[in-house]
Amino acid sequence: MAKRAAPEVNAGSMADIAFLLLIFFLVTTTIEIDSGLNRKLPPIEETDPPIIKEKNIFQVTVNRNNDLLLKANGNDGEIIKIKDLRKKAVAFLDNGGGKGEDACPKCKGKKNPQSSDNFEKAIISLQNDRATSYETYITVQNEIIAAYNELRDREFKLAYPSLNMGYVEADKMYSDPKTSASDKASLKDKIEAIKLLIPQKFSEAEPKKSN
Amino acid sequence: MSKFKKKKGGDLPAISTASLPDIVFMLLFFFMVATVMRQNTLKIENRLPKADQVEKLAKRNLLMYIYAGKPSSAYKDMGTVARLQLNDKFASVSEIAAFIAAERDSKREEEKPFLTTVLSVDKETNMGLVSDIKQELRKVNALKINYKTAPGNPIDK
Repeated sequence: MAKRAAPEVNAGSMADIAFLLLIFFLVTTTIEIDSGLNRKLPPIEETDPPIIKEKNIFQVTVNRNNDLLLKANGNDGEIIKIKDLRKKAVAFLDNGGGKGEDACPKCKGKKNPQSSDNFEKAIISLQNDRATSYETYITVQNEIIAAYNELRDREFKLAYPSLNMGYVEADKMYSDPKTSASDKASLKDKIEAIKLLIPQKFSEAEPKKSN
Repeated sequence: MSKFKKKKGGDLPAISTASLPDIVFMLLFFFMVATVMRQNTLKIENRLPKADQVEKLAKRNLLMYIYAGKPSSAYKDMGTVARLQLNDKFASVSEIAAFIAAERDSKREEEKPFLTTVLSVDKETNMGLVSDIKQELRKVNALKINYKTAPGNPIDK
């Protein structure tokens, strides 16, 4: 019996089918931006608040009109612009006005005795109104984290000049799954050391009721 | 001589489209791989505030999403006050505790300490609602939170 050649399958409509699928996926795709500001809430248990010297507190209050009031360095409170917040926070944290056992050898600030003693004692406190907008709140949070990151970057570069990177880069590299395990282990100690040197002491008061 | 005569006015050869399916398939595979199906359909407006000191979020399956914002135009009958959305439904603040408990139950024991609550809140929301959410999260001891933001510098507008 003569061998019959199998008829070729017509592939002309393949492109159409593929286009259809392609368009479906194009439409359903949402490139998710999964990034944000990580924070930790305080546990709810009641403990007596520790006694803190007033000069160690950098008190930011945001009112219902999204204005910022800053009470720090012994003044009675001044209205500041949000763009000045980062600079002022860095100056406050870096002040190093402490003497004796509170002295801060690594601080490079003005050593104003009216302002914070050292990195560990300095506390940033934030209070907002219930009518404050979320956008302002995030901006304030962002600026305060930026102030901490700026100082941590500086100290990281000073402490480990051979790595040639800042704290933020190191932290990014640490959380990157592509970094090898041995690199991670050595980075972890360094990151922890800087975190201990400049802890994020950031407290949030419960918001005020606006009338 | 006619051997060297150029063909004039001949029909243009048809462009071969034989490789078109290959190209389209390549694109198709790219989008198939890159696609993340949305877990929840948003019933609220969700324009995120900008921030630049961001950290990448942990693994997707360890995240619990809480959405808040004004009801979107399709749900105008819900009013214009900012509302909370858990999973696919509008919810009240008191339902957060049950939501967190349910999410925790669905995870393996060793994953539970790493669960993070992502607050995906519209930028025009008042802080009152956000603080209520935070209070509620403190009550159920879900202390790791993340304010989801869009990339960008928040100060220059």
